[in-house]
Amino acid sequence: MPDGVLPVLDVRDLTTVFHTRSGDLHAVNSVSFDLHAGELLGVVGESGSGKSVTMMALIGLLPSPPAVVRSGQVLFGGHDLLTVDKDTLRAIRGKRIGFVFQDPMTSLNPVFTVGFQIMEPLRKHMGLNKSAAWTRAAELLHLVGIPDATQRLKDYPHQFSGGMRQRVMIAMALACDPEVLIADEPTTALDVTIQAQILELIKALREKSGMAIIWITHDLGVIAGIADRVIVMYGGQVVEQAPVAELFANPRHPYTRALLKTVPSVHGQRAARLKVIEGQPPILRSAPDACVFLPRCAHGFGRCAAENPQRRAVGVGHDLACHWDGETEDG
Amino acid sequence: MLIFTFRRLLISVPTLLFIALVIFLLLDLSPGDPMAQVPLTVPPEVKEKMRLALGLGEPGYIRFAKWLIQFFWIEPLNTVDHIFGTGFAEGKLRVISWQTRSPVMDIIYQRLPQTLWVVGLSYVVGVLIALPIGIYSAYRQYSVFDQAGTFVSMVGYSVPPFFSGVLLIVIFSVKLGWLPSIYDTTHVVNDWASFKVQLKQMIMPVMVLALQTTAQISRFMRASMLDNLNQDYVRTARAKGMSESVVVMVHVLRNSMIPVVTVIAMGVPGIFGGAIITEQVFKVNGIGQLLITSIQANDLPMVQTLTFIFAVLIVVFNLIADILYGVLDPRIRYD
Repeated sequence: MPDGVLPVLDVRDLTTVFHTRSGDLHAVNSVSFDLHAGELLGVVGESGSGKSVTMMALIGLLPSPPAVVRSGQVLFGGHDLLTVDKDTLRAIRGKRIGFVFQDPMTSLNPVFTVGFQIMEPLRKHMGLNKSAAWTRAAELLHLVGIPDATQRLKDYPHQFSGGMRQRVMIAMALACDPEVLIADEPTTALDVTIQAQILELIKALREKSGMAIIWITHDLGVIAGIADRVIVMYGGQVVEQAPVAELFANPRHPYTRALLKTVPSVHGQRAARLKVIEGQPPILRSAPDACVFLPRCAHGFGRCAAENPQRRAVGVGHDLACHWDGETEDG
Repeated sequence: MLIFTFRRLLISVPTLLFIALVIFLLLDLSPGDPMAQVPLTVPPEVKEKMRLALGLGEPGYIRFAKWLIQFFWIEPLNTVDHIFGTGFAEGKLRVISWQTRSPVMDIIYQRLPQTLWVVGLSYVVGVLIALPIGIYSAYRQYSVFDQAGTFVSMVGYSVPPFFSGVLLIVIFSVKLGWLPSIYDTTHVVNDWASFKVQLKQMIMPVMVLALQTTAQISRFMRASMLDNLNQDYVRTARAKGMSESVVVMVHVLRNSMIPVVTVIAMGVPGIFGGAIITEQVFKVNGIGQLLITSIQANDLPMVQTLTFIFAVLIVVFNLIADILYGVLDPRIRYD
């Protein structure tokens, strides 16, 4: 990316807490990242690492209560999405920032036709009348590769297969030509063939429209194939950020390394057992004052328990939050 | 859908015939004597003759068959005669009440308007109050409004109408003297003043019954809304930038109404059944009151006919509920 170009989306120090009966849960802890025009940013981490919650929080989609955004800024198009009034936020959601969710089986309203659901943002944000919205909706369905698009607009979600529904979701998210598309594990619920089709579709659409994409996944294979840049999340924090080639060639954070090791190889000898990262991701009752990965880290030392590491640059566009220098093998 | 409806209607014929038989047998086997209210001075042999005149001398299957013919053939013919002034049913014997010696259906047609006005209106009022309460309670779960709604529902569920009705009478009729305690069936509405009188005498019974309906339907609506408010498609609608009113009143409501509409439709036969207790409390001369006096007087043709009409309504509204279900939910279209 050329320096000096403003990012389309700039998230700074986003912190989100859930108030629950058994106390507070610190789900997002000072997350900062940016997204440039036309870029595809991969967000990886295991379940419970705060990937989805971060994206929901920045666009105000978390139910409140229980969720409270404690601090931070989300700069988008001259607005801070965390402080902007609700109407402005609604005018941005669905129009300038599109969403695709994980489970296409439940993310569409079962009692409305697919056409109605795609036309909704068109009519609200673009001010199209019914027939214009209908035409555009048919174009969108065609664009995402649904055959016989005009006919299928009259169908209900249950008449589509999982992969087709996810295409409908994508068509809905793309309806108003958004500048940013946030895709929250869009292929996780789909089988591998369909997953590959959806990936190809997103790649093609991105080339056509030049929108920026945030792609949340826990599938490193997907990230390697599609992303420009990757952030790795753990315990509601960004622990490492790097361009995709750099991350796979030179992972620095112990968590990233462990994650990469868990990917089963199809080459060479078959491993006796799949590799795992021992332990569970943390449930944070308070803002972390030690490294969140310490209990599962092979390289932890005294400083890790005393101080939560800040992100530090280690290369061009490569930073990580870790005290370990990457060389000392001190176990 | 049409085929489904037709098939269901066809299946309901044997169902209803069976119900009619069960009602008939139950009434026939139950103890009681239609002559019990005849004065003791009437000699037993005269009473026996009266019994025979009522048709009680015939075997059960003949009486059942006669009732079937009268109810399904002669009574509809009478209705046709009544509407078009024809004479198809002239001279044919109708279902006759033992108590009053007048045709059962005529009495029902006399009583039905009172019941429909009071009980029907209370149902409509109850549903109209319940739906917004249920929707808002769910949207603002655990808010002060929701807590208050829960409290009122609990009261509506647990306080019986013979208590709330009498309480209202004590307050508004006895102490304040604002409303009449007795519902005057003979009152004729022909101008504004008489309309106001009608309104006044309807308020209390309608409110007592509406409280119960409100309690049930609002709880149901709230539960159904809560089920849907956390669904993924709601998040999708918000992510599309839809306003909260569209999200709640279009996306969530349409889904939440599916079970609620069914419950509302299934409650309608209950209107025709009248409100036995509330009608007694406010002296409304309705169907519920008719049924209870007929049972007390051992007026078997009346009880049989009324009970069977309720059965028909229940079967019909079950079918209507199923059809509405299919209309509201595209996943359950019967074709």
